[in-house]
Amino acid sequence: MSEYRLEMTGVVKTFPGVKALDHAQLKLRPGSVHALMGENGAGKSTLMKCMFGIYHMDEGEVVYEGEKVQIKGPLDALNRGIAMVHQELQPIPERSIGENIYVGRYPMKHGIMVDHEKMYADAAKVLEEVHLNYDPRAKLGSLSVSQMQLVEIAKAVSADCRVLILDEPTSSLTAAEVEALFTIVNELREKGVSIVYISHKMDEILRISDEVTIMRDGQYIGTWDAKGLTTDFIITKMVGRELSNLFPKRENVPGEVVFEVEDFTSINPKSFRHVNFQVRKGEILGVAGLVGAQRTELMEGLFGLRSHTTGRITYQGRELKISQPKDAINAGIAMLTEDRRATGILGVLSIADNVSIASLNQYLIGGIMLDDGKIEKLVQDNVAKLSIKTPSSKTQIQSLSGGNQQKVLISRWLANDPDVFILDEPTRGIDVGAKYEIYCIIAELAKQGKSVIMISSEMSELIGMSDRVMVMCDGRVTGFIDGAEANQENIMALATQFE
Amino acid sequence: MGETKGRALSTKTVLKFISDNAIIFLIILLAIITWANSQNFASPDNLGNLISNVAPRFIIACGVSGCLITKGTDLSAGRQVGLAACFAAMMQQTLDYSARVFPWMPDMPWVAALLITVAIMACFGAINGCVIAFLKVPPFIATLGMQTLVYGICQIITGNQPIGGFKESYRALASGNFLADQLGRWSRLLPYLLLPALLVGLFMWFLYNKTRHGKYMYAIGGNENAAQVAGVNVPATLIRIYVLAAVMYALAGFLIGSKAGGASTATGTGYELEAIAACTIGGVSVNGGVGKVSGILIGVLVFEVLKICLQFLRFDPAYTFIAQGLVIIVAVALDLRKYLAKK
Repeated sequence: MSEYRLEMTGVVKTFPGVKALDHAQLKLRPGSVHALMGENGAGKSTLMKCMFGIYHMDEGEVVYEGEKVQIKGPLDALNRGIAMVHQELQPIPERSIGENIYVGRYPMKHGIMVDHEKMYADAAKVLEEVHLNYDPRAKLGSLSVSQMQLVEIAKAVSADCRVLILDEPTSSLTAAEVEALFTIVNELREKGVSIVYISHKMDEILRISDEVTIMRDGQYIGTWDAKGLTTDFIITKMVGRELSNLFPKRENVPGEVVFEVEDFTSINPKSFRHVNFQVRKGEILGVAGLVGAQRTELMEGLFGLRSHTTGRITYQGRELKISQPKDAINAGIAMLTEDRRATGILGVLSIADNVSIASLNQYLIGGIMLDDGKIEKLVQDNVAKLSIKTPSSKTQIQSLSGGNQQKVLISRWLANDPDVFILDEPTRGIDVGAKYEIYCIIAELAKQGKSVIMISSEMSELIGMSDRVMVMCDGRVTGFIDGAEANQENIMALATQFE
Repeated sequence: MGETKGRALSTKTVLKFISDNAIIFLIILLAIITWANSQNFASPDNLGNLISNVAPRFIIACGVSGCLITKGTDLSAGRQVGLAACFAAMMQQTLDYSARVFPWMPDMPWVAALLITVAIMACFGAINGCVIAFLKVPPFIATLGMQTLVYGICQIITGNQPIGGFKESYRALASGNFLADQLGRWSRLLPYLLLPALLVGLFMWFLYNKTRHGKYMYAIGGNENAAQVAGVNVPATLIRIYVLAAVMYALAGFLIGSKAGGASTATGTGYELEAIAACTIGGVSVNGGVGKVSGILIGVLVFEVLKICLQFLRFDPAYTFIAQGLVIIVAVALDLRKYLAKK
């Protein structure tokens, strides 16, 4: 028997337009915590989904406990003792905690009936094991997001797993909950469980893990003993080049204040409240914060996608009345949303349709008929200007890579010539090369005098691109840092300033 | 077959083309077999009859298509057609007909009857649209309710009695042929009904491809949330779609009443399912965002040709239903396969 419990080697997985995994590998020892690191889009989650059977890999092999196996699906993985806590939760909030833990593998009696007594008794035991004091009969939806995340972990533990995958488990946890999680992880390690730990938080990684595997662009970079690793070393390996070359030189000169938000408060008391900030002409304002800081909600509020109770938005002293996206667009605001697939691209529609949809009024002949020639020219101009790689303007946008989709969406807004660009995670799920191109576009927008508001969860991106960084925590703005002085420490200090 | 231009036709692309259009090939094959069995099949009478059957159904399918493209549906289509036919019928009874529904109804030209019918039905469409756009009731449920509701209204206003005794001017609209004097029996290929269908087809093509409304419609079907972010007024677009659909049903009902020479609560029963099926066969995707007017026409043709062929081959009408049912399932399964293959 080999020294590893599970070995994945030579894993290749291709999606339309993207090679997500390119000969990736991961080797897990029993009784150890293995950190899997890499930038967004490096392929960590994809690799884990292959291990858990959600995706089927195109090439590569999995050796589990000395035996070559093929994992057919999540149920197969669970039966083999591999459990996964997903980055995006997939719970059923309308059902009880106990049912959520045992969904798909309910204890049965008489062969056909679900044994509810046993299920709730077992669930109570499992919850106790991970130090959670919840009633298993309570609705899952009655818990907070972080509590649900802990229930997900209890669910994984209840499967009596020998391999446990934790995909960004702490992203929505408070400091105390993180400590509770670490206690559980340590106990599992002592029981001999192999744990894969995916996280972006360096201090956590260095504290909890025994080994670190780093991935970049779907490729395996290397595995190191966690002892003696430094943050700088990990970042350099993750990014693959010196940080200084990651971002274009910015030539924008912030001018006078043009965009002002005063006392902006959501109708939801748990969301953004009393937000005040200003953006200058030609300035890039970075917006930092942890998951749950309500940054996206704030921007969606400004753009008219969410309702607010109080607040004033002004552009060049003129008050903007925004109650729906249309109003925001007419007022000269553009917004690139966080989730490109859900709220950005019109998947089955052509590039031309996707580019022109927000500015159709400009191409009307006689107020009724659209001028296809004008639209085609707009598309071709943008394809050339932003170097969008596409076979033709009639290609479906969903067949393009993430970076090119993002450029199409930027073109959509450029067609309106807006004054204020709100960019929510503009480089999420985009490979490194394309990221640089997006950065260049952002820098160019600022140089042309546009006001850019950029939400990002990547520290390097915030520090590398922002003239100023606004930090949010739990719905409030906790401070501003000048771009030149921003660093991981002072941003995190403000981002964790809970009331 | 633009894809294969400039390249030698490989077996694979030919096979793919055939499997992508399998239903259409099967129907053409069926038509050829029928023709071989019965010379009458290709007679001007029969083909003219086919065109007359296709025309109103195409108009209804055009109406439903907008709902389908935006991931909705309209189950009230058939009943709305029936109600429209009844309204039109009441306004076009001869003054001396003994069983007039409304004896006080003045004599009016057919154009006025058509416009009034359209106006009334547009209100039902607007209600559908508002319920779906503002109350967020799923289209399936909203229009299911409307279907039942319209049927009830239809029973009340007709008193459950069939309506007949139409004026000759109304009857002639759907039974005459263009160029009857010049072409003789060949004029059967040019029934009056062809004209409204043709106009509706052209109008829909223009609307779907050349106007903002069309682009917004496809955008909502492609991704409603993204369309909203891009500034599309989603509720207004949806309401326009359901109103337009109802206008199409009104027109179709008006013509069907004229063609049948009578109208009753049973008029139009089940037409919504035929229309939805025809759209789907014609490539209007059940996943939204996709659908062409030419496809809708093909879908309706497939259905009507199938019916007539089986009639000519002397199948029991019961078998026709089985064949239609199979065609619907197979067509949608084939359509979905195109999307599944991409995962």
